[in-house]
Amino acid sequence: MPDKDYPKLGVVGHSVKKVDAFGLAAGAPVFVADEIPRDCVYMAMVFSPHAHARILGIDASEALAMDGVLAVYTHKDVPRVIHTTAGQGYPEPSPYDTYMLDDKVRFVGDRVAAVVATDRHLVREAVKRVKVEYEVLDAVFDPREALKPGAPVIHDEPQARMPIPVTYDPKRNLAAHVEAIVGDVDAGERDADVVVEGYFYHHQYQHSPIEPHVCLAWPDPNGRLIIKTSTQVPFHVRRIVAARLGIPIRQIRVIKPRIGGGFGTKQEVLLEDIAGFAALQLKRPVLFEYNRTEELRSSRTRHAMYIRMRAGAKQDGSLSFIDMHAVMNTGAYGSHGLTVLSNTGSKTLPLYRWPNIRFIGDTAYTNLPVAGAYRGYGGTQGGFALEATMDELARKLGIDPVKFRRMNHIREGQTSPIFEALGEGKAGVPQTVNSCGLDACLDKGADAFGWDRPIPKRVDGPIRRGKGMVTLMQGSAIPDIDMGAASIKLNEDGSFNLLVGATDLGTGSDTVLAQIAAEVLHVPVEKVIVYSSDTDLTPFDVGAYASSTTYLSGMAVKKAAEKMRDRIFDVAARLSGVPVDELVLTDGAVQAGDKGLVTFERIGLSTLYEKDQQQLIATASHIVHQSPPPFSAHFAQVAVDTETGIIKVERYVAAVDCGQAINPALAEGQIEGAVVNGLSAALYEELRYNEKGALKNKDFDTYKIMGTMDLPRIRTILVPTHEPTGPFGAKSVSEICINGPMPVISNAVYDAVGIRLREAPFTPEKVLALLRDKGY
Amino acid sequence: MKITFKLNGRDEEWEVEPGANLLDVLRENGHTEVKRGCDTGDCGACTVLVDGVPRSSCTMMAGQAQGREITTIAGLGDALDPHPLQQAWVEVGAVQCGFCTPGMILSAKALLDEAPMPTEDQIKDALSGNLCRCTGYVKPIEAIKLTATRLNNDKGVTDA
Ligand code: FES
Ligand code: FES
Repeated sequence: MPDKDYPKLGVVGHSVKKVDAFGLAAGAPVFVADEIPRDCVYMAMVFSPHAHARILGIDASEALAMDGVLAVYTHKDVPRVIHTTAGQGYPEPSPYDTYMLDDKVRFVGDRVAAVVATDRHLVREAVKRVKVEYEVLDAVFDPREALKPGAPVIHDEPQARMPIPVTYDPKRNLAAHVEAIVGDVDAGERDADVVVEGYFYHHQYQHSPIEPHVCLAWPDPNGRLIIKTSTQVPFHVRRIVAARLGIPIRQIRVIKPRIGGGFGTKQEVLLEDIAGFAALQLKRPVLFEYNRTEELRSSRTRHAMYIRMRAGAKQDGSLSFIDMHAVMNTGAYGSHGLTVLSNTGSKTLPLYRWPNIRFIGDTAYTNLPVAGAYRGYGGTQGGFALEATMDELARKLGIDPVKFRRMNHIREGQTSPIFEALGEGKAGVPQTVNSCGLDACLDKGADAFGWDRPIPKRVDGPIRRGKGMVTLMQGSAIPDIDMGAASIKLNEDGSFNLLVGATDLGTGSDTVLAQIAAEVLHVPVEKVIVYSSDTDLTPFDVGAYASSTTYLSGMAVKKAAEKMRDRIFDVAARLSGVPVDELVLTDGAVQAGDKGLVTFERIGLSTLYEKDQQQLIATASHIVHQSPPPFSAHFAQVAVDTETGIIKVERYVAAVDCGQAINPALAEGQIEGAVVNGLSAALYEELRYNEKGALKNKDFDTYKIMGTMDLPRIRTILVPTHEPTGPFGAKSVSEICINGPMPVISNAVYDAVGIRLREAPFTPEKVLALLRDKGY
Repeated sequence: MKITFKLNGRDEEWEVEPGANLLDVLRENGHTEVKRGCDTGDCGACTVLVDGVPRSSCTMMAGQAQGREITTIAGLGDALDPHPLQQAWVEVGAVQCGFCTPGMILSAKALLDEAPMPTEDQIKDALSGNLCRCTGYVKPIEAIKLTATRLNNDKGVTDA
């Protein structure tokens, strides 16, 4: 369905080449650590070996005596400003519970002291020579234990607080509490013909961007602090670092170059504060980069979650109630501890028309590595429990799971009370679904998968095959909170510079945004030069999170480009003498009736050099009042080896309604990447600890992420819809598909062997144990 | 100590610390086209070709380069004059963040030198040492197939 103002799309909807791809494919020096200034020095951190301890003393003399060691900073040397590391809007809906360096450590891998030296190997040696005396405290690792009376209090500092008025009780290790009640679940249960009930556990794993966190900070000649950093949130970095260092925001410039993947972990301000502090102290460039072990242990992870589900339906297939209780583990600090929890309900429950809903969630502090934003953001944890529960309901009712979803999913023109009940740190906003391609996703997905055909060789020696399916939703941006802005200016060759605060973390958003501008202005993408994410040069944007960039920043770009088009028309009218309302935009020019074409070159030359000289430039901002969900249906076939417990996913189909895909190839890439990340998490990845809370799998040899060898056949189907509030009808695509693999495997394995996988990851040991119980 | 070797077709003589690894030495000498993702030989971001064979440069001593021919991604092509693999990677959308890309393309190059028309399994095998968190490997595999077809068509070999 075309946009009424743009009946024929020339650039949008086409898989144009990613604007930065040739440089990246050539290995160009575009990442933070690729260009190191000559006088650069290196920072490394002393990390805590204890899960919970008070620091009694730090002796850095031996380290400082080493030739080339410049500084060792402890909690006594750095500003003491309580904050959150979560790179969210202001005020952040995450607890202020963190100091740059503290006299207490709360997990194995917590920051203790920062060392700076002239060489990257030397600094690692010096870290080993810093002697720290600890008073070890009792630790707690299970969030359910942490919430019990008498558990060790992890944040006993009186300053810990929530910057917004919500429940927060650190004395009980309670980092967040959420409740949403619609109707009456008890009445719903009395009404139900079938009820299913069960516990689910979604485990802890890590984003594993191939480029670990890295940041380079240096003072400019006038003493301003420049921070080049691998971040998803440059403007939040500027604001948060200014607060932590106690310097004005204007004294800081944050530049985001190309970044080697983020997936949420780089929505966290982790390195920039202390690297910036050292750069100002030492008046030299400071490079601070995590190695792989530090990335796995001391950056951020998925929030582990226990979910108890009860749900009921009537014999005719209609839903009666759902009761969902989540206990989430945020680790030692509460980053995103409230909002991931509320999204566990808000990015899942509206998918179906429940007349009665109860969602209760608690987030607990524990002495484990810290969780944070991770692609899917609660939708992943909640989606696992919800979709496995839907499968159980469908089976109990004897209704085909595809049909069961069709009977109950939300449709265009409908709303869910959950949209209003659950927001991100405040009440949500009511919204009606304007676009929903879920039926088409189910049709096309089922067709491509062959859902109605029997599975070939269901039984094959010890192998049992089965199939499963799920449906999914997410959101697009945070309504009434997030803002993105864009500026666009005309050059004298008829090209444009597009300046956006939006942050491309490898997703291709620079390209997508250039396509949107190019479409409005009737030029090929090559004529739109994008520059993004530099707090001195580009307008503001909240950054890359909450599936917002295409939907939110894309609309800012569209508005800016339309303003630019109007400015161009004004000049063209003056140059041609033809009134504005008779002008028409054509390729790279304005058609001025019978006066012929006024090219953009002509307009650029005229405005810059000829008469009434001026820079044609237009800026627009955009906020959204709703968060339209993309929708998706996933189908998978698994083979379960009943002798080894190994699950192999053989085929996978993901059909996705992301509205209008601005760049189909890039949209497919988001889907494929998210599916494989989800498969990897469901089957292989888990952060494992010893009894003292120390991470056991500290490298990619022992922490396995999926490579090519385990890859199923993946088929991606884009189902076009038109979201009227999005640019050219677009919604989001980046997060939704990571929510599919875990429940779809659980459902398919049940189909194959009749065991219900409730605890992720689905390791051969767990599968075997359940198979044995089942008599295999 | 001194090492002499060929780097991207040019003769080089470098002074290196004994015990230094090749990845560090390459990057310190400005060859930051070789990326660092783990330092333990597990991610493949630092892949180089050693006499045509893909190796993780982070687990190789610089001294082991002595007398060898080392190829980094810069030896294949650049943004203005891309190698057919780089061209295909860009065309099919196999570059997302691009951090794994140089290493993957080098693994692919070694594969196509050995097996001009590889099977899907051969491709998966060749890329098995290169981790990518962004693409799900679907489009990189497609890029290799496309390149193979193109190179073989150029040579007049029929598409199998
Ligand atoms: S950096 Fe060498 S394999 Fe990862
Ligand atoms: S494209 Fe990002 S890791 Fe491969």
